[in-house]
Amino acid sequence: MAVVDVKTEITGNVWKIVAKLGDVVEEDATLLILESMKMEIPVSAPEAGTVKEILVAEGAVVSEGTVVVRLEV
Amino acid sequence: MPAFDKVLIANRGEIARRVIASCRRLSLKSVSIYSEADATLAHVGEADQAYPVGGPRAQDSYLRVDRLLSVAAESGAGAVHPGYGFLSENAAFAEAVGAAGLVFIGPDPQTIRDMGDKQRARDIASRAGVPVVPGSRRFELDELDGLEQAAETVGYPLLVKASAGGGGIGMRRVDRPEQLRELAVATQSMAAKAFGDGAVFLERFIAKARHVEMQVFGFGDGTAIHLYERDCSLQRRYQKVIEESPAPRLPARVRDRMAADAVSLCQATRYRGAGTVEFVVDAGTFEYYFLEMNTRIQVEHPVTEMLTGRDLVAMQIELARGSLSPIAQAAIEPTGHAIEARIYAENPAKKFMPSPGKLERFRLPSAEGLRVDAGYREGDTVTPFYDPMIAKVIAQAPTRDQARDKLAQALRAFEIEGIRNNRDFLVACLQDEVFAAGDVSTGFIDQRLDGLLASAA
Repeated sequence: MAVVDVKTEITGNVWKIVAKLGDVVEEDATLLILESMKMEIPVSAPEAGTVKEILVAEGAVVSEGTVVVRLEV
Repeated sequence: MPAFDKVLIANRGEIARRVIASCRRLSLKSVSIYSEADATLAHVGEADQAYPVGGPRAQDSYLRVDRLLSVAAESGAGAVHPGYGFLSENAAFAEAVGAAGLVFIGPDPQTIRDMGDKQRARDIASRAGVPVVPGSRRFELDELDGLEQAAETVGYPLLVKASAGGGGIGMRRVDRPEQLRELAVATQSMAAKAFGDGAVFLERFIAKARHVEMQVFGFGDGTAIHLYERDCSLQRRYQKVIEESPAPRLPARVRDRMAADAVSLCQATRYRGAGTVEFVVDAGTFEYYFLEMNTRIQVEHPVTEMLTGRDLVAMQIELARGSLSPIAQAAIEPTGHAIEARIYAENPAKKFMPSPGKLERFRLPSAEGLRVDAGYREGDTVTPFYDPMIAKVIAQAPTRDQARDKLAQALRAFEIEGIRNNRDFLVACLQDEVFAAGDVSTGFIDQRLDGLLASAA
């Protein structure tokens, strides 16, 4: 079992957290949605796995490269 | 009409600064508002007074009607200029401003409401004799009776559009009948969530389209003039990137008919103030159709100001004060060619994703025939809370080639460090051979993306 850090590609606000702890997700599944400059940007699972940790809350401001979710793959 | 000598600007950044400048020219006082995220921006200090209006998110600050009205009362402002975006096309806001005994610098609320409903706007345009894109009736949420027949009448490919949508938000392309129902249902549910109105309609999709709009100005008494067109075909994510006037390769007879139609629409609605009538033009046949009317000052208004030498914002304010002298159509004389590029805090190489951050270096170019409208200064932080546009650069010259060169040169001289931005991408667009030939269309950026990115790198 490996753990994969899912990072944000942009600076923005966490608009909606889609995934729940323990969810089994496919590759490319949307984990959460960021909002930045009037655009909604999904953060997706880089590979299939299980959501082990969600490190941010809705409304939080995250900078580029922040680890937001940890997946067990 | 009540006279006023102080204007509250219900906006931020470059357009707030722009309105302040015209207020000064007219010897009027200005009042700025700012969110917690914007306290150090230039528009705050440049106004005669400035008031904080709340938290960084727009709904906690710039969209708070109650707070804006109390600022107006407290500051002694007699009028409100809404700029673009935010509350500029919100009829309820315009009404609330009027009810508070203030002058709303814009059309009357009913016009805003009529034009804000895309379907109603089409009906009004159609009755005024303006051609509209073949389209269907409205289908309310969960109601799709006769959808397939309506689609056959409109013709494929077509778009399913949210009645309350705009700016490219809330539309889906349908190429084949078997996709129709599913995409219509999906658009309805998305529209219900995003706009609180699940109604959609169908519209003909034009394969190679240009976006050409007419700047109009109505005097509120049934008379109106136009200030020529702007071609805004170059877009990414359905947002404009480069705008110019005259529209390249647009036959004069077509342009003249579009202008006459736009003026007819303003006459029919007794339009008051500055507005923009947007048309989609078939790049092959030059058939054109009414798309929508924007009942406010437009981001790209400087193109028209550079072309005609007119101050559109001052015209808006003077009309609202009742002090605007009538302007004859013949007095509007375009000179040469004007072209604008919008600099966005974004990464073109990554699907134009937003790139907020600190402007470590931000040095504006300057030259004759060049105008730069920016909401930020060196050292400011571009936050994720608002639109990604950080500056507009506009060049005017005798010919299109000269204006294009001047703009490219100005962009190259624009020093921006600290955030990713589309400056080099804009230069690549300006120098692209297809663009240089004036062969523009709304698909230009998507189709030529790889080459443009390579030249920008």
